[in-house]
Amino acid sequence: MASLIACPHCGPRPKEEFTVKGDAAIARPAADAGEDAWYAYVYLRDNPRGRHKEYWHHTSGCRRWLVVERDTLTHVVYSVSDASTQGGTA
Amino acid sequence: MSSFRLSKGGRIDRARPLDFTFDRKPMQGFVGDTLASALLANGRQLVGRSFKYHRPRGILTAGAAEPNALVTIGEGGRTEANTRATLVELYSGLKAKSQNRWPSVHFDLGAVNSLLSPFLGAGFYYKTFMWPAAFWEKVYEPIIRKAAGLGRATYEPDPDSYEKCWAHCELLVIGAGPAGLAAALTAGRAGARVILADEGFEPGGSLLTETAAIGEKAAADLLGETLAELASLPNVRIFSRTTVFGWYDGNVFGAVESVQKNTATIDPNRPVERLWRLAARHAILASGAEERPLVFGGNDLPGVMMAGAMRSYLNRQAIAPGKSTVIFTNDESGYRTATDLEAAGLEVAAIADSRAGAPSSWAGRAPVFPGALIQDAKGGKALTGVTMIKGGTPEAIEADALAMSGGWSPIIHLACHRGARPVWSDAKAAFLAPETQDGLTIAGSAAGVGALEACLADGAEKAGSVLRNLGFSNASPAFAPAPDTATVTKPLWYVRGAKAKAFVDHQNDVHLKDLGLAVSEGYGHVELTKRYTTNGMATDQGKLSNINAIGILAEARKVSPADVGTTTFRPFYTPLSFGALAGSSKGKHFQPVRKSPLHDWARKNGAVFVETGLWYRSSWFPKPGETTWRESVDREVLNVRKNAGICDVSTLGKIEIFGKDAAEFLNRVYCNAFLKLPVGKARYGLMLREDGMIYDDGTTSRLSDNHFFMTTTTAYAAGVMNHLEFCAQALWPELDVQFASSTDQWAQIAVAGPKSRTILQTLVDEDISDAAFPFLGARQVSLFGGKLTGRLFRISFSGELAYELAVPAGYGEAVADAIMQAGGPHGICPYGVEALGVMRIEKGHVTHSEINGTVTPADLGFAKMVSMAKPDFIGRAMLSRDGMVAQDRLSLVGVKPLDPVTTFRTGSHILSEAAAPSLENDQGYVTSSCYSPNLGSTIGLALVKHGPKRHGEQVTVWNDLKNEYTKAVLCSPVFFDPENEKLHG
Repeated sequence: MASLIACPHCGPRPKEEFTVKGDAAIARPAADAGEDAWYAYVYLRDNPRGRHKEYWHHTSGCRRWLVVERDTLTHVVYSVSDASTQGGTA
Repeated sequence: MSSFRLSKGGRIDRARPLDFTFDRKPMQGFVGDTLASALLANGRQLVGRSFKYHRPRGILTAGAAEPNALVTIGEGGRTEANTRATLVELYSGLKAKSQNRWPSVHFDLGAVNSLLSPFLGAGFYYKTFMWPAAFWEKVYEPIIRKAAGLGRATYEPDPDSYEKCWAHCELLVIGAGPAGLAAALTAGRAGARVILADEGFEPGGSLLTETAAIGEKAAADLLGETLAELASLPNVRIFSRTTVFGWYDGNVFGAVESVQKNTATIDPNRPVERLWRLAARHAILASGAEERPLVFGGNDLPGVMMAGAMRSYLNRQAIAPGKSTVIFTNDESGYRTATDLEAAGLEVAAIADSRAGAPSSWAGRAPVFPGALIQDAKGGKALTGVTMIKGGTPEAIEADALAMSGGWSPIIHLACHRGARPVWSDAKAAFLAPETQDGLTIAGSAAGVGALEACLADGAEKAGSVLRNLGFSNASPAFAPAPDTATVTKPLWYVRGAKAKAFVDHQNDVHLKDLGLAVSEGYGHVELTKRYTTNGMATDQGKLSNINAIGILAEARKVSPADVGTTTFRPFYTPLSFGALAGSSKGKHFQPVRKSPLHDWARKNGAVFVETGLWYRSSWFPKPGETTWRESVDREVLNVRKNAGICDVSTLGKIEIFGKDAAEFLNRVYCNAFLKLPVGKARYGLMLREDGMIYDDGTTSRLSDNHFFMTTTTAYAAGVMNHLEFCAQALWPELDVQFASSTDQWAQIAVAGPKSRTILQTLVDEDISDAAFPFLGARQVSLFGGKLTGRLFRISFSGELAYELAVPAGYGEAVADAIMQAGGPHGICPYGVEALGVMRIEKGHVTHSEINGTVTPADLGFAKMVSMAKPDFIGRAMLSRDGMVAQDRLSLVGVKPLDPVTTFRTGSHILSEAAAPSLENDQGYVTSSCYSPNLGSTIGLALVKHGPKRHGEQVTVWNDLKNEYTKAVLCSPVFFDPENEKLHG
């Protein structure tokens, strides 16, 4: 029905403006990191009960990619930051 | 005709009568009536038939919990079934109908079910209709569905409009009874932004219905003063007729406001309902308490009413419930009703108080019987009397009304919507929700407080404390502390020895014995009992019945209600209309329609449109005399290949890319090289997913060193934009690159065919000869002698000499007209996406039919394009995995029937020539097919194991859905002009 995400650029906005991509706790490996690292990056995902970092795109807002740390059980949002400050590449 | 209107009293306006009908019979009420009170005023107590046994039913409550008085309101597209008459504000012209009866509510053939009731007990569906299994769907279910159910929905569209809104506040107060008003006043005086929401058409809650005085002041006077002060505060908004139905993440509450449900003359410029999302820093839940029915024989007869509801009708709408009323209570509420009845000059025949130590403070005329129980209520379609058990002896009492009170259950639904569980309190004899949660505090009788003054004090005190926490340090309670003088007694869950059915869930016709049966048959767990008996599963969701059912289960299982626990509370608190949920998203507003800037041009040229996603694209352009789409498409294809054609390609995604690292960025998101793309050149690009599969394709042109122009496929335009932004922001924030979608800014026109250059040269100021503007040229051009600037690309999807011309969207139609005019002498024709599709299949060009998420660049013959020399690009790491380079991967080939008069369809599977259809023998499948007028045959593209090595092999194309087997041969996917002579012409 409703919930809010506090976009660091736009303030609290309804979640309908956002698109979720998934796990933001994983960093893109270096090109030569080897098959295991790449396999893990492309295919392996944790599905935690509790705190979880996710990429959310403010698709219908500022169009910035954000890292939202939230609780998958209670939906409490702990923090929201711009993805560019996270260092997405290992 | 037992209930009637008193000649004076109440909050109704006798000077303003309202005409309405019930079951087509004209009736009259007054402003201030609900439909329920108006029916009672007209002596109508029988208002519906029950769900299963079709028993006559009357009005039981005066609020949202009403299980019986469900009526159908309105006509045609405005028909609203299962509306609670207790919540319907009476208006002039209201048309209401009773439900679940045939032929009439007075004489209902379905009542025969009552005679069958020994066979219709708990779990009867499961027991009776088990065998034979095939009968369930065809015989039993349709019969049950017809017999059961309440009102019928209409098939006509709803003519009214609805809207959705957001509102924000520091404090949301849910419920405008004593606790809610006190909380709102406290917060309003402190200067906080307050929203006070109440489901009724008049705020006040029990202050509207009680005759009690608060200090020296009558309840009604206190209410008037409080509302006047709230109205004077600009920071307080009062939402009447607004039900807060759910508590959601981020402390957002859902609410529905009735805007025009109280009138027969609907203003089409305003919504009838408004769906609110209320974002509150904190909320006070002051939703009150629900009076519990008592479970005794015949407790569903018309004339039996909740004691508080009877008081409400009497004090608010001046309704006398009958000539003689019996009170059955185990709580003070029964005495308050008796007092008010006697004050109105009505007779109270007896007060049966189930408590042995009944209070001695009663000063009224009616006799009190401590420790007495009403065992059975008697009557047919209306109450005529009761059997009272006093000291083990039955005594008959005549009465035409009965008020019952089994104590109070706090209304805690909203507080439990986000996972909190109710806890049984022996002290309060009630289930309570946690009083304080993050963002929500419960106050007043919803928190188990009993007395009216104590509710005022509780609301004020809690609001003060909440506001001080929110930083309103000046907040002080608007009402002084007051002790809770209400007493709590042990609940009476049911009366033993009743002769008639004793109903627990009135709406779903669940009676006492059903619950006993559920326990004895092993369904005693509260969640199992609910489903086995359907207790609490009706539209009222057990608002009246659940707590009694839990108490009865507890007694049957010899445990405490705490051990039984409750079922789960979920939104919505009360039923919500689909209209409110849909809001304005209906009809043409259900989803946007995207029209190309060339839409009107295409229409005036006779285009037949096809929906592709949100877009309307021109499919083909029939000429007079053409009777099939194929005739038009064949003509268009042949004409483009012979002369020239013009096609709208504006729907392709277009992205402007800027920045000093733009080239480096493109080099990383495409699998082929882009770093050294010269200014003035376009290049076909393949974008992969990180797993190595192709994501999308398109051309990207370099317009200047730091400015590129990318096109994507129509379907993936939005996805590619998101992907580019993700790569730039999350993966490589160090790169200097920015994007702007310009899909809607450009009208883009493909001009294809051997005469395309000649035609375009008449518009374009610059020299576009092959030498000056060779294949893959891309540049800004001047048009019509400098009147307009556009972009010209020499790219081709058809395989012909071809260009794409982009002009600012507003000029699209004029430029397309000019091209048509210039091309007239050269035989130009408009062509649509069907002809485009035929020509691309003839040339073996792929689309998302082939790029279906399972193909690598090598699978489509693009192996050489992939630049493994680049250190990194999206998808590079996974491209060399074993499975991605396996020899037997499905790869692109052409396929055509051996005999051109035979054909095959897209989606058909490829089998080796003599192989039987099986999973093991499956060689691949046809991804695209069409009739090629140039080859005079069906042709197709297919993904086939070892495809490129099998050109010339005879195969069978098999379609089991159509039982088709077509002999065919695999071939090169390029069917037409394999040397690309026309392209470079």
